[in-house]
Amino acid sequence: MDFNENFILGCSAIGAGLAVIAGIGPGVGQGIAAGHAAAAVGRNPGAKSDITSTMLLGQAVAETTGLYGLLIAMLLLFVKPLLP
Amino acid sequence: MTQEMSGGATEIDFMIHGVFPYRFFGHTVWITTTHICLLIVLLVILGFAFAANRAMKRASEVPGGFQNLVETVVEKLDGMVHAVMGKSAAKFANYIGTVFIFILICNFSGLFGLRPPTADYGVTLPLGLATFTLIHFNKLKHKKLKGALQELCDPWPIWAPINIIGYVAVPVSLSLRLFANVLSGVVMMALVYGLLRVIAIGWPAVLHVYFDLFSGAIQTYVFCMLTMTYLSDAIGEE
Repeated sequence: MDFNENFILGCSAIGAGLAVIAGIGPGVGQGIAAGHAAAAVGRNPGAKSDITSTMLLGQAVAETTGLYGLLIAMLLLFVKPLLP
Repeated sequence: MTQEMSGGATEIDFMIHGVFPYRFFGHTVWITTTHICLLIVLLVILGFAFAANRAMKRASEVPGGFQNLVETVVEKLDGMVHAVMGKSAAKFANYIGTVFIFILICNFSGLFGLRPPTADYGVTLPLGLATFTLIHFNKLKHKKLKGALQELCDPWPIWAPINIIGYVAVPVSLSLRLFANVLSGVVMMALVYGLLRVIAIGWPAVLHVYFDLFSGAIQTYVFCMLTMTYLSDAIGEE
């Protein structure tokens, strides 16, 4: 099995593209969190600042999985670990 | 080869660059842009600290100007720590406040054309490891060896390896979250400035507000919040 460099780089680019699909999950999760926060503010407008900070904290934690996908894509594209 | 591969996108530049090498016990080590940006950030914080020290020595009953700013910052940080940690806040307020200011200034340094030092995993991993050390030191101190072992073998002793993986995941996820968030901002800005060089006048300021100010502040808050949550978890209620 002897692949040339360009083939490996091309496959790395495809892999990077697939890795950032991980962004779907945090997108859905953050949307759900924001929706529930909006509902909570509607029920209890007095607690708006508390709800906002809790929502931002939860969203930032939920974002992590998407960022792992981004990191994998970055590694594939710029560190090129698969090249011999 | 790399020159050919990057094609027309040679303007995009978000990597860490070596500035000059030196010999360290037979290894060639590079002073990189991260070191230099870190040095600038530290000098800024040191300057602020000296100015604050001088202002507080001549503190007046009715605060004005700079003294007012310093008092507000300290009060806000103390309030944040007290809200989460309650009784044990006094012991950790200094550490959390220091880390908060450091990460915040690091993230904001992107505004001034520096490469944020937190976009280097070598800066965020030690922060995560410091949290890890603090968690387990305080767990041993407050729950003693017996309590710590009990927690390690939580449902059954056979669960211990999984719990250990969970312990190791804490600093890794903490540091990777901060690193990846700041790095994504750096890459985004590099793409805008590199690819749209001709028309990137003025309007990237909006992106700077989001990536450097908003995202940076949120991530700083999250890092400190999670550190405090883990710490109060390790201490347990007394």
